[in-house]
Amino acid sequence: MGVSINWLKQYIDIEWTPEELAHRLTMAGIAVEGVEESDADYIMELDLTPNRGDCLGVINLAREVAALNGKELRIPQVKIKENRENINDYIKVEIAAPDLCPRYAARMIKNVEIKPSPEWMQKLLLSAGIRPINNIVDVTNYVMLESNQPLHAFDYDLLSPAKTILVRKAEYGENFTTLDEVERELDLDSLVITDSIKPVALAGIMGGLNSEIKDRTKNVLIESANFLNTNIRRTSKKQGLRSDSSIRFEKGVDPNGVIYAVNRAAQLMQELAGGEIVKGICDVYPGKKDPLFVPLRFDRVNYLLGTQLSPQEIKDFLVRLQFKIKEKKGYVEVEIPTYRPDISMEADLIEEVARLYGYDQVPSTMPGSINCGGLSEYQRFRDQVKEVMAAYLYEVINYSFISPGLYDRIMLPADSYLRNYIRLANPLSEEQSVMRTLLLPGLLENVSKNLARRNQNLNFFEMGAVFYPAPERLPREVLKLGAIVAGRVELNWLKNEVPMDFYYLKGIVEILFHELGIRDYTFVAAEKPYFHPGRTARIMCRGEEIGFMGEVHPLVLENFDIGEKACAFELDVNTLFKLKGKKSMVEQIAKYPAIQRDIAVLLKEETKASEAIKVIKDSASELLQEVIVFDIYTGEQVPEGYKSAAFRLTFQSMERTLKEKEINSLIDRILASLDQELKARLR
Amino acid sequence: MLSKLSEIKERAEKILQEADSLEKLNELRVKTLGRKGEITVMLRSLKDLSPEIKAQMGQAANQFKMQLEEMINQKSDELKQEQLLKRLQAETIDVTLPGLPLMRGSKHPLTRVYEEIRDIFVGMGFNIAEGPEIELDYYNFEALNVPRDHPARDMQDTFYINEEVVLRTHTSPVQVRTMEKMAPHLPVRIIVPGKVYRKDDDATHSPMFQQVEGLVLDDRITLADLKGTLMNFAREIFEADLKVRFRPSYFPFTEPSAEMDISCVNCQGVGCRVCSHTGWLEILGAGMVNPRVLEYGGYDPEKVTGFAFGMGIERIAMLKYGINDLRLFFDNDRRFLQQF
Repeated sequence: MGVSINWLKQYIDIEWTPEELAHRLTMAGIAVEGVEESDADYIMELDLTPNRGDCLGVINLAREVAALNGKELRIPQVKIKENRENINDYIKVEIAAPDLCPRYAARMIKNVEIKPSPEWMQKLLLSAGIRPINNIVDVTNYVMLESNQPLHAFDYDLLSPAKTILVRKAEYGENFTTLDEVERELDLDSLVITDSIKPVALAGIMGGLNSEIKDRTKNVLIESANFLNTNIRRTSKKQGLRSDSSIRFEKGVDPNGVIYAVNRAAQLMQELAGGEIVKGICDVYPGKKDPLFVPLRFDRVNYLLGTQLSPQEIKDFLVRLQFKIKEKKGYVEVEIPTYRPDISMEADLIEEVARLYGYDQVPSTMPGSINCGGLSEYQRFRDQVKEVMAAYLYEVINYSFISPGLYDRIMLPADSYLRNYIRLANPLSEEQSVMRTLLLPGLLENVSKNLARRNQNLNFFEMGAVFYPAPERLPREVLKLGAIVAGRVELNWLKNEVPMDFYYLKGIVEILFHELGIRDYTFVAAEKPYFHPGRTARIMCRGEEIGFMGEVHPLVLENFDIGEKACAFELDVNTLFKLKGKKSMVEQIAKYPAIQRDIAVLLKEETKASEAIKVIKDSASELLQEVIVFDIYTGEQVPEGYKSAAFRLTFQSMERTLKEKEINSLIDRILASLDQELKARLR
Repeated sequence: MLSKLSEIKERAEKILQEADSLEKLNELRVKTLGRKGEITVMLRSLKDLSPEIKAQMGQAANQFKMQLEEMINQKSDELKQEQLLKRLQAETIDVTLPGLPLMRGSKHPLTRVYEEIRDIFVGMGFNIAEGPEIELDYYNFEALNVPRDHPARDMQDTFYINEEVVLRTHTSPVQVRTMEKMAPHLPVRIIVPGKVYRKDDDATHSPMFQQVEGLVLDDRITLADLKGTLMNFAREIFEADLKVRFRPSYFPFTEPSAEMDISCVNCQGVGCRVCSHTGWLEILGAGMVNPRVLEYGGYDPEKVTGFAFGMGIERIAMLKYGINDLRLFFDNDRRFLQQF
């Protein structure tokens, strides 16, 4: 909101430069975003916090300045010349919804002459961003800007002959055209001002076209009322209609300011438009608001702020704010003016003291108590996982909400539990409307988007929550670790273009498991709708499923416009944490030499490497320390339906040097078992 | 005999001089000193001679043998050295060629900045608390002194799952959850990191972003402690000679409330585009925990005071790395990510 400093100076002397004034107000919690010079004036752009709606009124802002510079506040005196008629002969006010309308006051001014308002007034309205219309409407706006009390003027002669203002909730199916010429369908919770026959204003938000002040208007009814902030806010939101009036009512307006504003408006209208003011105000005030009395303990101020303020200093600040105080033993009882609804408890008053004293004057200390800071075991563990991943993969962060269409694109069957997602009631768009139940779609989109931008050879990971509906009030949030690779290790002159394929990604998983001390895991052939049916593994450890990994199904790749192979995994972070090994004592390093033997056998095509290794390990003694697969070959010299597999076996004893003979007999045993159990022959 | 010896000697020396390979040297060694070599044969033939001549000749031959051996060894060393040099020279590589391109990765800049923030607070004795991203309206608003229809709800446009469940709009609900768990234990000193959601999407707003929240409770925590702690943080995360200022603000869950500004890290407070020509950057919101929130959390506000603060990780990261578009963080373009 823009505020003219010249206008402000009508109510308070200010010796500060505009910049200094802006700085002082900012440091007192009335943030000034900027000061613009304009036509022999300066306009301050205010960024008010929602609790200080009162400062939308220039007089209230001047009150803030007075508290800061100690000068006297000059509130314009209102003197009204009334005729001898009685307002009650002209209008009756009834409030049918007193909870939504705590107060409604009306005044009459007769025989006005509608014309433009004087230039000085037009200029001030424009400085606040309000378009001048005519002398009557401009006065209502001027007084609103000055006192923060929104006003409305009706053409009295356009009200129905009953001449009764009835404030009520809108009725079912009621329609009404506001001043902006928009016909509005009202809902049952909207408050309307009616002339007992038809709505003439959407309460606190905008007047009606049917009772608008026009050039031929003669008699004016001025409304100065108070409406419940939450209801105005609701209706304004519902109608998508915010006005200078609704903005003020939303933040809360002082019902005790109603009379001053209606009198000030009547006085100015008479000055600018002539006419006569009918005697009296029709004032209905069912929701009387009395000032609060809040105690403020002197020692509590210092206790909360860490300051050494004396009782006198504290009292001075309160007085400068024009609060009435009653001194008691060790505390003061403060009467809170009703224009400051933001103050309702001691802490609020302490803030008042602090902001006048200056936050910069408050000392800087460190909390005295001792606390042993640090991360929990689970938090450290997650760091460790990220550390390993980040050595090989770039971390991405995707939105938690995704498009439900992605579930089709990853070919999840209709009955998959992963389609049981949580939907946002008010998403920004369909593209971001459901909470993800797996990380894969996001990772696929990352690859797709990067490839479209010609970023090749991609390697990403993400650690983040997925969400499943649960019988409890809150859904189940499960932390997942996902990764995707596509392409090959960058083009290089060494000509060893390693593809980032299933085994590349598996290598990263194995390094992770090694780092976490997870040893007895297995990769078991499995199927997932979004993975290649022959290239998918379930990762298991001690009977628990850690997750899945696989080559992305070619049709899914197509759905994401990914022109090359991609492999991905998704692991459950909590399961990893549960299975994580403790750092064990180191193993002794053998003093005696190890013996290595290579064997190559013909395995049936469908025999898994892990099966052969298991047979080898089971048939050898504990002298067999390690089995490494170092070649898998099919083609020439290997019969159809078979593959040649070469294993390097390492034998070692902690106690002695092994003899050729015993190794030979072990190898014989291994070969016999391979033959017997897998029909595998030595090549 | 002697003449034969000197003949052998002469020949051997010539060969030695001319030898340009270890093979030739070895040949000479075999021919002269080997089991069937000339010297060996000569020494063997001495047994038929008279003792004096035997002694005389033996000494001469042995001496020559030793001499020759040493010469051969010396020459051999020279040749080996020469050969090594040659080999090393031949093995010269172009050290300017790039190394094997191992695929690297990195942590997301937001993770990096969070870890920096976290480490500073852990150093000041903070623990880390966490909570759900989908949260009850009660914890997200109600227990933070933001009842329904409160204007402050407008400050944070909310994604709803249903009437009572929301995507948390800030990490503050974890404050209340932590208090409920810890009360009446003191002190409490936590930070709360995590994703938060608001219904907003443009160059300066993302519908999902990350916050770090903090809460300190004890029987005598003051606004001065808030200032000291956060000033210390600001100077550690940015630079030591940073100017820091606090000004009053408003949050429903704190009272008094404050906003912390730092002198613009881009222009050192002179005024530039980054700080909208004010010289100051708003960096975090904070305040003394509202007594009502303390009550919701199970603490007696008469006996316990505390402060809370919250900041956006993106904002800190943008300032630290000179990033001008918030959306880059969630765009996940490899060219962006690989700069970290």
